[in-house]
Amino acid sequence: MSADELIWRIAGGSGDGIASTSQNFAKALMRSGLHVFTHRHYPSRIRGGHTYVEVRASADPVKSRGDGYNFLLALGDSFARNPQDEAYYGNEEAKPLAENLDELREGGVIVYDSGLLDPSEVPNFEERVEENDWHVYDIDLRSLAREQGREVMRNTAGVGVTCAITGIPLEAIEELMRDAMPEKILEPNLEIMQTGYDLVREEYDVDAPDVSVPSGEHDEEQVLMSGSDAIAYGAIDEGCRFIAGYPMTPWTEVFTIMSQNLPELGGISEQVEDEIAAAALAIGASHMGVKAMSGSSGGGFALMGEPLGLAEMTETPLVLIEAMRAGPSTGMPTKPEQADLEHVLYTSQGDSQRVVLAPGTVAEAYEASRRAFQLAYEYQIPTMIVYDQKLSGELTNVPASHFDREPNGDIGMTLTEDELADQPHTADGKFHRFQHEGENGVSPRSVPGQKAGRYLATGNEHNPAGHISEDPDNRVAQMDRRQRKLDAIRADLDDDGLLVEHGPEEADYGILTFGSQQGTVEEAVDRLNENGTSVKALTVAELAPYPVDAVRSFLDSVDEALVVEMNASAQFRGLTQKELGTHGEMLSSLLKYNGNPFEPAEIVEGFTTKLVDGGELPGNETKFVPAAGD
Amino acid sequence: MSAFSAIGEEREIDRNEYTPEIEPQPTWCPGCGDFGVLKALKGALPEVGRTPEETLLVTGIGCSGKLNSYLDSYGFHTIHGRSLPVARAAKLANPGVEVVAAGGDGDGYGIGGNHFMHTARENHDMTYIVFNNEIFGLTKGQTSPTSPKGHKSKTQPHGSAKTPIRPLSLSLTSGASFVARTAAVNPNQAQRILKEAMEHDGFAHIDFLTQCPTWNKDAKQYVPYTDINESDDYDFDPTNRADAQELMRETEDKLYEGEVLTGVYYREDDRPSYQQEKQEIGEMPDEPLAERYFDGDYEWERSYDNFIDKHK
Repeated sequence: MSADELIWRIAGGSGDGIASTSQNFAKALMRSGLHVFTHRHYPSRIRGGHTYVEVRASADPVKSRGDGYNFLLALGDSFARNPQDEAYYGNEEAKPLAENLDELREGGVIVYDSGLLDPSEVPNFEERVEENDWHVYDIDLRSLAREQGREVMRNTAGVGVTCAITGIPLEAIEELMRDAMPEKILEPNLEIMQTGYDLVREEYDVDAPDVSVPSGEHDEEQVLMSGSDAIAYGAIDEGCRFIAGYPMTPWTEVFTIMSQNLPELGGISEQVEDEIAAAALAIGASHMGVKAMSGSSGGGFALMGEPLGLAEMTETPLVLIEAMRAGPSTGMPTKPEQADLEHVLYTSQGDSQRVVLAPGTVAEAYEASRRAFQLAYEYQIPTMIVYDQKLSGELTNVPASHFDREPNGDIGMTLTEDELADQPHTADGKFHRFQHEGENGVSPRSVPGQKAGRYLATGNEHNPAGHISEDPDNRVAQMDRRQRKLDAIRADLDDDGLLVEHGPEEADYGILTFGSQQGTVEEAVDRLNENGTSVKALTVAELAPYPVDAVRSFLDSVDEALVVEMNASAQFRGLTQKELGTHGEMLSSLLKYNGNPFEPAEIVEGFTTKLVDGGELPGNETKFVPAAGD
Repeated sequence: MSAFSAIGEEREIDRNEYTPEIEPQPTWCPGCGDFGVLKALKGALPEVGRTPEETLLVTGIGCSGKLNSYLDSYGFHTIHGRSLPVARAAKLANPGVEVVAAGGDGDGYGIGGNHFMHTARENHDMTYIVFNNEIFGLTKGQTSPTSPKGHKSKTQPHGSAKTPIRPLSLSLTSGASFVARTAAVNPNQAQRILKEAMEHDGFAHIDFLTQCPTWNKDAKQYVPYTDINESDDYDFDPTNRADAQELMRETEDKLYEGEVLTGVYYREDDRPSYQQEKQEIGEMPDEPLAERYFDGDYEWERSYDNFIDKHK
């Protein structure tokens, strides 16, 4: 194993504590001065079924899951021993070992729980170990945990073993366990970890050079965050104190974080009967002058199309989150995809006025969340954040100072009673909520309970006073005003630097991407340049209004470009071609939609095959789509 | 000083304050029952002591949805069936505002049926008026969830095979703490019941019978009504749940024949509203949430101070 990076994969059964164990492990590595990044793979089941989490750690910044991995901790699936499950899903007992070998790098380490896993059930295990020069540790973690505590603590034993093999000091993990565990289970866990550690130290020669972790140092204090954490904290810092939702993976993560924190901050969280209600509640709260949000994932978001349009027409500020997963319909509930893009851009009837932001990293997710609220309340327009299951759940280290910002409770163009009394806003003694003036299209609003501000908000077309109107001149004036907001927002966003360029300033080739593939693409770009191919990447984080000029000038600066996205129909490329109206002939697509995000090597390979060699990719997991005009 | 000085203002309120000065005339047909709801509401609001500016009237879609075009309070004309979730959140965000939701029988019992059930069970403190004319009016006369079995319309030319919904029983079973029925042709009773409903601390559902002279000429809105709270034939205690249930069952069994019973069927006075329950468990602020956004001195909490440590 090279000392550059450790990619540790803990595999086992869903419900066996894989997620919490890996989170502690990642945090310990982060605290030791390393950059970390996690990748989570889990089935849509509560208990049982093959799951794994990868923790990648390096002295240098890491932006993606990396290629393959070099340390497997294979725990038994304690829920696989159920005859009914077995009849349905097949024998899963050997999966934590059998399913994970393909991506294990040469010279890697395998630790497996010999109390639960039988390598003779894994086809050609011995041969593969020899071929790949893997270092195998068969340790009866189950018995070890059972003797000193409970069987479920075998993941802790596995962490002890990992530390012994890699040379990570146990103290780092202990400290975290003390913070996270109640006294009663802490002691046995610590003992079990120590026993696992000692066992390896006594029985194996672990000073061999191929089993170590890199060492690093951070310039400043880091925090371990997921995209969902960052979105929730961005919302809180921006003064959002009302959330309504209905559980759906992976949106549930933001909803949960908000629900757990809002009461402490004097806010309100409502779990309601469906997603139509959820978005409608957020509209109701926002109408009263409160910063509110809702959100969902694909199928739940489909129900929000109707209230979304209501927010557009009544110009009620609203922030909606769309956490994509593989579709259509309920698709693959726990697998990432970027195929709801068109759904988010175009759902709901009529000419639409909305903003769609697509953060690419955990740090950006915080910015996007804050920006979404600023735009929604400043321009009285629904603003959506679209991201995916990958970004929602992956953990990475971000400087703590990134979140150390001033809060903002400002609700934009909402008048106070004093302002309402001081009338440019009134005609005929009546507050004109939807007046046509306003260069940026925004009409100041009042909220119920205020003196002199009463008006009717309606999803029907309405005149400046808020009354339902089908007058053609008024219709055109209102529509034009609402459209004007988009021009103003586009100008605002241009100043925001929401487009991230990566690579050399001058390059022959370009890669265009959006959302959670940003980090992976950037790693691929670095490797391509190291290998002598001149390429740079552009990640677009604002999808509506689309940054036409910036993307055009990026494409003008290269000869050819590859568009990388996780869906089968090249939706982001379609959007780009539609908005630009040109450049279609220079774009090709690299698509992946098998439920797993790209690895950097896949992008390197895809790029080289298609753009450099002019060939076609084998396999059906990733594919090229010919550009229009090809 | 509150950012919302209209809330809790005590003064004489003239019912004409609710009448818009420069408004289009109502688009309801001559003889429509909706006029009765508007009139009763204009009468009840001053009696409850609520000014137009501390009142939010949230409506759905349909003829009934236009109610707030003709009542000059704060208004939110939402979408078909969705008045309740909007109204609920409005009340949570600023409990000082009097929130009244209104919609039709298709709107409230059909497309919005799910929201109705859940708003009732949660017992949100608000008044909900359902204009029940047993027909879809604004889309020109289709069968609605309250149309009688066998009702013929353009969309059900062979007569509806469906048993009509039982609004009162549904409401009681779902958990509403105030259930009443009144009718547009009974303006005095309607006003009295609306007043009681608005003063009630919890979810008050009123099934408001409104005649539709254009699309539902035969409906029973023209039959005589009996007020169960005032008639000597009924020695009725609206706080008795079992009696309420029994009487609802009876009247809803024979709703389409003979006498129609109106009045307050059920009133549960000691049950805390949803807002109170939520406050009790610490999930609802003591001060109206909306106030905070107008308080220049409010110190907004930061995620960094509150939650960052657990990520370090």
